[in-house]
Order: sequence, then C-alpha cells, then structure tokens
Amino acid sequence: MSYLIRGVRRSIVRGVALYAALIGVAWCALFPILWALSGSLKTESEVATPTLVPSHPHWANYGEVFALMPFWRMFLNTVLYAGCVTAGQVFFCSLAGYSFARLRFRGRDTLFVLYLATLMVPLTVTVIPQFILMRTFGWTDTPLAMIVPGLFGSAFGTYLMRQFFRTLPTDLEEAAILDGCTPWQIYWRILLPQTKPAIMVLAVLTWVNVWNDFLWPLVMIQRQSIATLNLGLVWMQGQYVSRWPVLMAASILILLPLVLVYAIAQRAFVRGIAVTGFGGR
Amino acid sequence: MATVSFERATRRYPGTSRPAVDRLDLTAGDGEFLVLVGPSGCGKSTSLRMVAGLEPVDSGRIRIDHRDVTHADPKDRDIAMVFQNYALYPHMTVAQNLAFALKIGRIPRAEVRDRVLDAARLLDLEPHLDRKPKDLSGGQRQRVAMGRAIVRRPQVFLMDEPLSNLDAQLRLQTRNQIAALQRRLGTTTIYVTHDQVEAMTMGDRVAVLCNGVLQQCAAPRTLYRDPANVFVAGFIGSPAMNLISLPVLNDSVALGGWEIRAPRGISGPDVVVGIRPEHLEVSGIGIEIEVDVVEELGADAYVYGRIVDGATPVIARTDGLDPPQRGGRVRLQPVGGHIHFFGADGLPIR
Repeated sequence: MSYLIRGVRRSIVRGVALYAALIGVAWCALFPILWALSGSLKTESEVATPTLVPSHPHWANYGEVFALMPFWRMFLNTVLYAGCVTAGQVFFCSLAGYSFARLRFRGRDTLFVLYLATLMVPLTVTVIPQFILMRTFGWTDTPLAMIVPGLFGSAFGTYLMRQFFRTLPTDLEEAAILDGCTPWQIYWRILLPQTKPAIMVLAVLTWVNVWNDFLWPLVMIQRQSIATLNLGLVWMQGQYVSRWPVLMAASILILLPLVLVYAIAQRAFVRGIAVTGFGGR
Repeated sequence: MATVSFERATRRYPGTSRPAVDRLDLTAGDGEFLVLVGPSGCGKSTSLRMVAGLEPVDSGRIRIDHRDVTHADPKDRDIAMVFQNYALYPHMTVAQNLAFALKIGRIPRAEVRDRVLDAARLLDLEPHLDRKPKDLSGGQRQRVAMGRAIVRRPQVFLMDEPLSNLDAQLRLQTRNQIAALQRRLGTTTIYVTHDQVEAMTMGDRVAVLCNGVLQQCAAPRTLYRDPANVFVAGFIGSPAMNLISLPVLNDSVALGGWEIRAPRGISGPDVVVGIRPEHLEVSGIGIEIEVDVVEELGADAYVYGRIVDGATPVIARTDGLDPPQRGGRVRLQPVGGHIHFFGADGLPIR
C-alpha cells in the first residue's frame, strides 16, 4: 500500500515539476508579445514604466497606425508575396521531393546532398549577388523581386517533402504503375494527396518566413506602394522620433494574421510536425 | 485468356551472391490457377513481380500469351495485381478506387460505371461504394483490392499473399471465394503464398520454390503423394512428414526396433526415410516412442514423441477419441506403401 502511495506521490511531484518547467518556457516565449500588447495600449508617457497592465487602455494608438502608414496596401502586398511564394514552394518542393525520394536516376543522391548543402549558406552571404542578379533582370523595386526568387522551392522544403514521400508505402506507387499511371500521374493523383500533413507544415513555415522577412524586402523595395508590412514598420520608426506605443500597436496588428493562421491550422500543423519527424528542428 | 511462361528467368539483386530467382522454367496454362509457394526468401514474390514488370529480368524471358514481355512496360502487359497490403488509394472512395485504372486507360465513362457496378455486385461491395478504404473492414478492403483487379478484365491476375492480413476465419472464407471467383471468370492466375494449406486448397497446380530454384510443380495431390525431393516432402503437409536419416544394413533400415525393407539400388550408406504422420498407426507392434505432447484437435490428435532407442523426434496422427497419454509409450506401425526413401542427393528412391 505504502509502495502505491509513494508511486502516486512521485508521479504528482513529477507532474508539478514538468508543468512548472513548461509554464516557465511558455512565459519566456509569450512575455515579449504580452509586453508589446501592453505597450500598444499605453500612452507615450506611460510606456517606459514597467507595468504589464496599462492604467487607462489607450486604443487610439491603433487608429494612428492606419493614419501613419498605408496599412491595408502593405497588408495586401505581404499577403500577395507570401501567397505566391507559399504556392510555389509547395508545388516545386513536393515535385523535387518526390523525384529525390522515388524516381531512380544517375547521381540522384549526390545531387540531393549538394542541394541540401545550400542550407548552410545564409542569405546574408548571397544577398549581394542576388541583388546584382535582380538588377540585371530589371526587377529591383518590383513585386517580381519579392516573388520569383522564392518561387522555385528551397533545400529545406525539398528535404521535408522528400522525407515524407519516403514514408509512403511503395505498394501504392506500384499499384499506380500497374494501373497505367505516368510518373507525373503517380505524383499528382496518387502520392501528393497523401502528403497533406507535410504540405501543411511547409506552407505554414513558408508563409511565416515570408511574412517575417526583413532583409530581402529592405534590399529590394523602395516604393511604399509595393512595400511589405515589416518595411512599413521600420519606416515608421525613427524618422524624427520613435513613438513606441504606436510601433507596438503596429507590431501587434502585423502579428495578428499569423496568430490567426496558426490558430486555424494548428492541429494539422502539429500533426504534420509529428509525422514528418521534425519535432526537434 | 492467356498462358504465362517463365523461360530460364533469372533475377539477381545487386550486391547479392545468389540469384533471388534462378533460371525459372514454369508455365501457367490458359485459365489455370497456379500457386507459387515456399518459405520466405524463396523467390516466389520476386517471380510474381517479374511477371508484373515491377522487377527487372536479368536473363531469360517472360511470355504472356506467347508474347515476349520481358522488357515491356507494366501497363502494356495486360495484367492486374492484388497486393498483400491491398494498396488501395486512401484518398479515393471504393468506387473511385475501382474506376481509377479504367479512367487512366481512357475507357468511356458509361462503360467505367457499368464495369464498376458489375464488380461491386460480384463482390458484394455495392453498399460501400461511397466509403473510403479507412472506413472498411479488413475483409471489405480485400474485396476492393480484388475488385480493382477484376474491373480491368486483364489476361492475368497476379496475387501476392492477398489473405495474409485477414484473421483465420475470414481467410478460410475468402480463400474459397477467390478460388470460386477465379473458376467463374476463368482468368489465368498466379498466386503467391507462404501458407501451404492455402496453396494445396486453391491451386490447380502448385509450384514449390526454395532458394530461388523451382523444386516441383504439380497438382496438389501429386505433390503430397509423390514429392520430387526431400525439401518438397518436408515442406508440403502439416504437420510435416517425419524425415529420419538412417544407415542401410542388409537392404533394410532399422527404426525404433522396427525393420523396414529398403528399395533396391540404394547407393549411399545412409538413406532418408519419410513417413507422413497419418501413415503411422498406433498398434501393438512397430516403432516404440515415448509421448512428449498430445495435441487434441477433436476428430484427430497429433502425438509428438521420441523414438525410444534413438531420441529421434516423431509425429503421428491418431484417432481423436482415444489418444495416447502424455509421458506414456506407444508403438507406431508405418502403413505399407506409404514410406518414402530419399538418397543422399535428396532425390526419391523408388
């Protein structure tokens, strides 16, 4: 009996410790967002005081965001860029992932490793050659510079999709071969519909990446009419003086669509992370 | 309908020393139900996949209806395959699964619908046409897999252990359904299984493979009565035939105090004596054994024991109403005319 009680007590202690640790980690992740939310509701004189709850919520900051920057224009720009790049990434990464996972051709694995190696090269290294390339094409300061370079897939996305395609049973593919499918039909009609969880992960990650991207739009875009939200946020800052509550309100407004996307897709996203084995990424 | 022939067909997987299928010569006749059976790794599935075109043929030929298809595309072979795991397309309904190959083959829509309905009626799948594979039971999935092959009206059915995912009772039932269906459709069928009971009950002929080499291909009864070598003798039959290696002395062998006359012309000093469990009768005279285990199956009982003077294991089938007791001793008399002899090369001596 005492053994039983000891066991129960141990599991309670373990549970409490685990939850305490998780709450700590969650607090670290959420605190900056809560701070921004609180700052967005404070007045300029109050923003520097270290309180989380503003004395009188100052909603006017949000109204000022719309007065100071063409928010909806920039919002639509960002949605357009993120939408196009996400669609392109999903299509091309899944196509390349299928090829690397299932088609047999000479030099396949070497090519894949070389492609994967490009993951190790950060954008900061390639940003100048890419800029020169865009200038040669005459695409700088046009939406094309924001869409086309990201359209044709990435090493990470290809890797993710390849790993997922490899988990699908070969029987399905062989049945499709016997049914008379071409490699394209096998990809499009049989295997791609099975990869929804991985596509979900890739789509959400790509969307968030484009949404949050700062360096590339900063280098490429000068005109306000084609700028992204992040650029708008920076342009609001420090022209004469930084108005922190308004900046915080803008940050929260930019963050909201992402939170919304994640809230809707959360279950599929978590399932995708679990089945693609990217939990520890 | 069509014949399927393997002509010295060989498949060697890269990086292996022994071919998975070694110079296989075998023909399935028009409308025949041919079963390939053998232990795992014997090359039976590889042989089937060679016919399907899913596995390349390194040397030799495969012919379907006398047409050389050795290097033909799978889709041009006019075959349909039922996979072990059924390989149903998970995102399609039963109806879409059945219709898929026909749609790819650009069969007119009205004909697709008729053929799908015919197959669904034949396999009792009509109520499930709008359901997805995940909502079906194992037996229903198996029937969809069969239906997918049937709607194509191919020249040849290839089946790769299609019953291995079903429970015992359903397997028995489905076994009979498949055999009856094949007879009704009259389509040449090659069926792979590791289960020799399935092989014996379903096949017009059964081909036994071991290590990629064809051991014997014959009607089930012939395989049982007249095995071509010691491997077939031991593989076919459940429980397996008693195979005991014994020295030959004065044209006879001594087994547990019982003398058995050996056939003339025995070459080696030793001979393998084979007696099926049902050909050992409990009697007052014969081979004396000590009973280790008795398996009572109702009508019959299997007696597992050891020969008293040699400790050689022996299995006998006895009357289920009055089986011997465990730990006791009984004498078993071999039934005359049912004793097999195999030489050192494993071939039968008659």
